[in-house]
Amino acid sequence: MAYTSMLGTRRYRFPDLKTLMARATPARAGDRLAGLAADSAEERVVARMRLAEVPLTEFLGQALIPYEADEVTRLIVDTHDRAAFAPIAHLTVGDFREWLLSDETDSAMLARVARGVTPEMAAAVSKLMRNQDLILVAAKCHVVTRFRNTIGLPGHLAVRLQPNHPTDDALGIAASMLDGLLYGAGDAVIGVNPASDSLAVIHDLLRLMDDVRARFDIPTQTCVLTHVTNTLALIERGAPVDLVFQSIAGTEAANRGFGIDLGMLAEAREAAQALRRGTVGDNVMYFETGQGSALSANAHHGVDQQTCEARAYAVARHFQPLLVNTVVGFIGPEYLYDGKEIIRAGLEDHFCGKLLGLPMGCDICYTNHAEADQDDMDNLLTLLATAGINFIIGVPGADDVMLNYQSTSFHDALYVRQLLGLKRAPEFEAWLEAMQITRADGRLLPQTASASLLDLTRGRL
Amino acid sequence: MSMDDRQRQWLQSDPWAHLASTTPARIALGRCGVSVPTGETLRFALAHAQARDAVHAPMAVDDIAQALRAQGFDSIRVQSQAVSRDVYLQRPDLGRRLDADSLARLQASASEPDELVFAVGDGLSALAVDRHAVPLLALARPLLEAQGWRIGPVVLASLARVALGDEIGAALKARAVVVLIGERPGLSSPDSMGLYLTYAPRPGRRDAERNCISNVRPAGLALPLAARKLAWMLDRARELGCSGVALKDESDAILPASPGMLADI
Repeated sequence: MAYTSMLGTRRYRFPDLKTLMARATPARAGDRLAGLAADSAEERVVARMRLAEVPLTEFLGQALIPYEADEVTRLIVDTHDRAAFAPIAHLTVGDFREWLLSDETDSAMLARVARGVTPEMAAAVSKLMRNQDLILVAAKCHVVTRFRNTIGLPGHLAVRLQPNHPTDDALGIAASMLDGLLYGAGDAVIGVNPASDSLAVIHDLLRLMDDVRARFDIPTQTCVLTHVTNTLALIERGAPVDLVFQSIAGTEAANRGFGIDLGMLAEAREAAQALRRGTVGDNVMYFETGQGSALSANAHHGVDQQTCEARAYAVARHFQPLLVNTVVGFIGPEYLYDGKEIIRAGLEDHFCGKLLGLPMGCDICYTNHAEADQDDMDNLLTLLATAGINFIIGVPGADDVMLNYQSTSFHDALYVRQLLGLKRAPEFEAWLEAMQITRADGRLLPQTASASLLDLTRGRL
Repeated sequence: MSMDDRQRQWLQSDPWAHLASTTPARIALGRCGVSVPTGETLRFALAHAQARDAVHAPMAVDDIAQALRAQGFDSIRVQSQAVSRDVYLQRPDLGRRLDADSLARLQASASEPDELVFAVGDGLSALAVDRHAVPLLALARPLLEAQGWRIGPVVLASLARVALGDEIGAALKARAVVVLIGERPGLSSPDSMGLYLTYAPRPGRRDAERNCISNVRPAGLALPLAARKLAWMLDRARELGCSGVALKDESDAILPASPGMLADI
């Protein structure tokens, strides 16, 4: 069905819903690369005006990617909760924005409608929202998940400790873990990206991290971010797997590019839950996403990259994850060109994920070929923290020496905690205090060479 | 003048600085309040500035051509359809296609069919190929000639992505093409070079049909080892009649690390 709009004497025509959404999207490199972006600034706003008139029910009748052709569409359609949708069923996209922003719509109401909101509805309304709208509504959405601690409580912010090393050196990884823990980071997960694809190496990394966790009784979880098939194989070998990691995307074809399908994710989740390693909850999945992944895999079906990204959240939601992380600036400037595009995308992803009921975090990051720097990351960090993001990444000094990009540092997390009074996961905060790493108010205590965590590496150098 | 640390009472140092020898990661930075001390803030800014310069610098084509001549290699200069560095960064598709003049020049060249063709491309760090391309070629040539490879002219490709090698190889009717290209620069590695091997190159080859030797630089995978790996893989590709996922580097898999997303060059 085509959508038309008159502006003065000029008639705009958008041949279908996915094109209307693509044209309405704030400018970004990936949509330009795909040939989907609006041709002019005027067309972009006209498309938004037309999109504002579209009833939400239209998204239930018109799949952007055909039901028959894509298992992600089938998941979205088959799991849509009509009862949860009822309170917003009469709204247009423009009304939906106002409903989300209204004083009457509180956290409990947002949680109740989450299962009635499809990714396409979330993406559509986000295209009509300014950055402050994305922040204000996301801040009303609370999503709490649990494994060995409690993540996502209002007023809290967790950090993934990312101790990557270019050759997976055990001592080097342990050194970065210590650095992070002594800076009060690691409550979301201690999660390492391995340089190697070797199962033996990954098994060693899992044991290393689990040994540290168990020795100091740290109320957190560990993860090696390797392919789901590797994690399944390691579970079969008896490796200490807390969380199953996987990169996911919003179309079946893009997921095939990652070497996965929904069945594999279900199998892995079941295997990890059967280990019963969680102490306060059983959210065992950790997903990463990022705008541009579907286009990069040539699997976007003419759908704009932000809508594809929101569809990835439908995949994530189905598996009740502990953590979902949009790796917003990693993929490169052909998808998000500069700091402005990265910041906008980070806020959109966090909003869409939270609206859909996901425990959203963000890898606030950039590569050296993007037009961005630390100041842009400071901006996005501050914005996302005010929006109530569940977790961020912590890399020593913000420099990931294995993946060659810049993320946020342990210091960055302390900055935003101090600025906004954000606490760590309660179990982890209590552990830090007991270890005399922090004071009762969560501020760091000065450390000495006798700090017990430093026993880890004593005598090994 | 900077004060000594004992006078800077606001500075909290970390008593695990000795662990810094175990990792290139920026650990034990210390703090002033919760923030990074001035020295490290500036060191980080310098590293970023160097990586940015590496991304935006043009390839030193004249110098590379001259160095190649000194080593006895012929070279041909070509350019992709990306007209500027700015376009190149946003339109990877254009960096994968030769401009019309370049294509005509290659087709008119006197190269014999079935040769091994090397293409040197700037990619995301011209610095990498400025420094390492010619030394790598000089190390690889005797190994490859001993295996019976005939080596064609070296193509110097500006504003190039990896897949530009497909069109270059096809135009020269090459049996295999190896693209030497600057990788996405990190703060601690602005000059990392990648070697991408494609057997029977032609436009439309998928990334799964190539093999990659990554992180080639003195502080990463040393050049002599990279040259040996390349010779081993080329030999194996010729035996199999293909490159890509069917060809495993059985000596030691050196594939670019990725958190799952594609780090396209």
